[in-house]
Amino acid sequence: MSTSDGAIIAEPEHGPELRHQFATVEQQREASTLGMWLFLSTEMMFFGGMFCAYLVYRYWYYDEFAAGSRSINIWMGAINTGVLICSSLTVALSVRAAQMGKRKTLLVLLVLTLLFGLAFLGIKGVEWHDKFVEHHVPGLSFSAADLVRDYPQLHINPHHIQLYFSLYFAMTGLHALHMVIGIGIFLFLTYKAWKGAYTPGYYTPVEVGGLYWHFVDIVWIYLFPLLYLIDRKPL
Amino acid sequence: MSEHVISSKLYVSIWATLMVLTAVTAGVAFLNLGPFNTIVALVIATCKALLVVLFFMHVKYTSERMTKVVIAAGIFFLLLLLGLSLADYATRL
Repeated sequence: MSTSDGAIIAEPEHGPELRHQFATVEQQREASTLGMWLFLSTEMMFFGGMFCAYLVYRYWYYDEFAAGSRSINIWMGAINTGVLICSSLTVALSVRAAQMGKRKTLLVLLVLTLLFGLAFLGIKGVEWHDKFVEHHVPGLSFSAADLVRDYPQLHINPHHIQLYFSLYFAMTGLHALHMVIGIGIFLFLTYKAWKGAYTPGYYTPVEVGGLYWHFVDIVWIYLFPLLYLIDRKPL
Repeated sequence: MSEHVISSKLYVSIWATLMVLTAVTAGVAFLNLGPFNTIVALVIATCKALLVVLFFMHVKYTSERMTKVVIAAGIFFLLLLLGLSLADYATRL
């Protein structure tokens, strides 16, 4: 390549994936992952506000939180935790497949991740449906009469128990919204991987999308004990 | 992030550990440990989160120190939020 005054400048020694402002692909990748981690640290504070509200009200109204926790299905929660852990494994392996340039393996793992994500949302939907049927959704038709009857050992104020269910729906709802966004990101990654966009020299979107997915998994890792396991010991 | 490629065997053993810890935390919840129920549940959750961050999210293998600074800062401010809030509400008369 030469400029208008005839001086020779070096040809770029890299593929089209390296942006002009970066010296190496490693530097470019590090900048992208650092950006994702910055975003994830803001997400920690975003969820943190809800965890803080949860902490205060659980401290104040422990018996109501215990009864609310007993009313949700621990097995569905545990299975969903397993489903998300499986999806995190397929995400980790898909990053590995992209690093090694195995397009077919990458596609299979991305599709498996999508299926695990959809399975999680399906089970979550069944759980929410159960709560609607039981009148445990905060609002005008809310009733905790069944819990007051079933757990006479606990001191239950029906107004306070709505707080548990408000936090339950807000926290699992915000988490599910993140899952829906994650599924959108992974649909995009699957499409690009199908087109052959990812190579051992350029797999940053898979890595960065994977970081987001793992973060959403970690949020659930804390939501499971905090919402489902408050008080399961024999009364 | 370093180019380090982690073996699938290590990924699968991390996955197996996470599954076992999930079963353990669900099982322990049915035992009466008094205030330790909550502590055990949170310790197990933190172990699981650490495994995900270090191995699945490659933080153990990264050469980028800024990533670790950002994570530490995020955790610090989260604990500041939770700790100071609880210090207020838990000591009100």
